[in-house]
Amino acid sequence: MNQPLVLGIESSCDETGVGIVRGHTLLADAVASSMEQHAPFGGVVPEIASRAHLEAIVPMIESACSQASVKLADVDAIAVTAGPGLAGALMVGVGAAKALALALGKPIYGVNHLAGHVAVDQLEHGALPEPCLALLVSGGHSNLLQVNDITGDIVSLGNTIDDAAGEAYDKVARLLGLPYPGGPHIDREAASGSSVAIDFPRGLTSRKDLDRHRFDFSFSGLKTAVARWVEARHRAGEPVPVADVCASFQEAVVDVLTRKAIDAALTHGIHDLVISGGVAANSRLRALAEERATAAGVRLRVPRRNLCTDNGAMIAALGSEVVARGREPSALDFPADSSQPVGTVVV
Amino acid sequence: MLLALDTASPQVTVALLDDAGTVVAERRTDHLMKHAEQLAPLIAGVLTDAGVQQFDVTAVAVGVGPGPFTGLRVGLATARTFAMVLEIPVYGVCSLDALALEAVDSGAVEGPFVVATDARRKEVYWAAYDDRGRRVSEPAVDRPADVASDGPVVGEGAQLFPDHFPHAVEPLRPSAGWLGRAVVEERAELLDPDPLYLRRPDAVAPSRPKAVS
Ligand SMILES: [Zn+2]
Repeated sequence: MNQPLVLGIESSCDETGVGIVRGHTLLADAVASSMEQHAPFGGVVPEIASRAHLEAIVPMIESACSQASVKLADVDAIAVTAGPGLAGALMVGVGAAKALALALGKPIYGVNHLAGHVAVDQLEHGALPEPCLALLVSGGHSNLLQVNDITGDIVSLGNTIDDAAGEAYDKVARLLGLPYPGGPHIDREAASGSSVAIDFPRGLTSRKDLDRHRFDFSFSGLKTAVARWVEARHRAGEPVPVADVCASFQEAVVDVLTRKAIDAALTHGIHDLVISGGVAANSRLRALAEERATAAGVRLRVPRRNLCTDNGAMIAALGSEVVARGREPSALDFPADSSQPVGTVVV
Repeated sequence: MLLALDTASPQVTVALLDDAGTVVAERRTDHLMKHAEQLAPLIAGVLTDAGVQQFDVTAVAVGVGPGPFTGLRVGLATARTFAMVLEIPVYGVCSLDALALEAVDSGAVEGPFVVATDARRKEVYWAAYDDRGRRVSEPAVDRPADVASDGPVVGEGAQLFPDHFPHAVEPLRPSAGWLGRAVVEERAELLDPDPLYLRRPDAVAPSRPKAVS
């Protein structure tokens, strides 16, 4: 018998995504982004994102159906990001998803965005090993998660205590005069710079910090250190070696991310590491993670670039797994929860 | 069967009307706000109340505001998606028009009047109406002092600012039943199902990064 056809909706930040999957097979991944509208403001403006979601949601549903060559009537279940994310943005997706469920007479699952980032890897690399460790890095998140059951048992091992990794990229890009979003530009500049030119601080890695924040992250001090270094150059009337600053900054970020991820895997006896989220597209993060995972005997799984960023496919992938494992659908009155804990996979 | 809904006020309201414009089922929320939670169950509720299925709905009417944005978008996303799935038309109606129609038909007003609702930030959303409840001005957002009126003022805005609107008249909030009636009886202008924001998003372009040392 065919596995169920699941349509997933994502609207937690600035991408309006609608994906369709059957089992672990991706059939459609339609995404509209409002990123360009946020660029003049150097970060996501919630009201602009929410307005864009409303305009994009119906066209993305239609586009996903045509990509997958399926009719909405053939969809067996709806999954939607219930949280965490921007409240007003989440509510557009939740409203549309509930209307779909009502009009189709099909069950709906309000699911966790972070779990979606992990589940999406099944579309590329097949069934997720459980337990596995997940490192989620993007403009909105920096999480280390222990995934015992992707549909119901996820434990947070660490989180950022200030800025998200992607946010640090955006802020450093801005002070170097590079465009928003900063990640791809810094990655490109770094390619021609030296990662050891400047010794930028590694947040929360001192012995004292490791006691309390062993698997947590902090990128705010790093951003300030980069700003100080650049200002000192300006004051001295010397040119700023942008490529070296980018390479050294990037090395500080990915060093901490990979060091802590591998440490967590070894500490908890977990042999599989999934890295996802927008920053997972970063070339240096991928390379260093590969190197350190191999050395530690940890298997690494990184979904391809367009699956790492926010999209509907990840929500459909999680929904598909949730349906396959026979979890109860959500009641129609579930809320959009901007701070939904990662332990709540299905509301 | 027309499905009508409005989320332009703190109260979510849903109704089903037959082709003659008779309200066959209507529900409103007891809890204010929480539009994303409450709207879909209310729609399921009116379908059950009326003993019909979603396939029996032949058109959707939705209040397009003006009103607080977050709730407004939930209503519009719901109406547009529901209509898309069932391949039926979706009509937008200015939410203030539903208040005007109810005020006229219930005899609460005689002669021209104003409808004013709460726009937060010490402002009102408002429009002017003739004696039959036809809107004679574009919906706007203003400070109460700038649009003060001694005549009858329908809607929550009048109660919030009695100094500027001394003659407050019910109803206070739009009802989906009257919104639907406006469509069936062709007594309001039909609009695209797009939100009447009337305000730009709050967003300021960043200044140059501040020095840290
Ligand atoms: Zn994300």
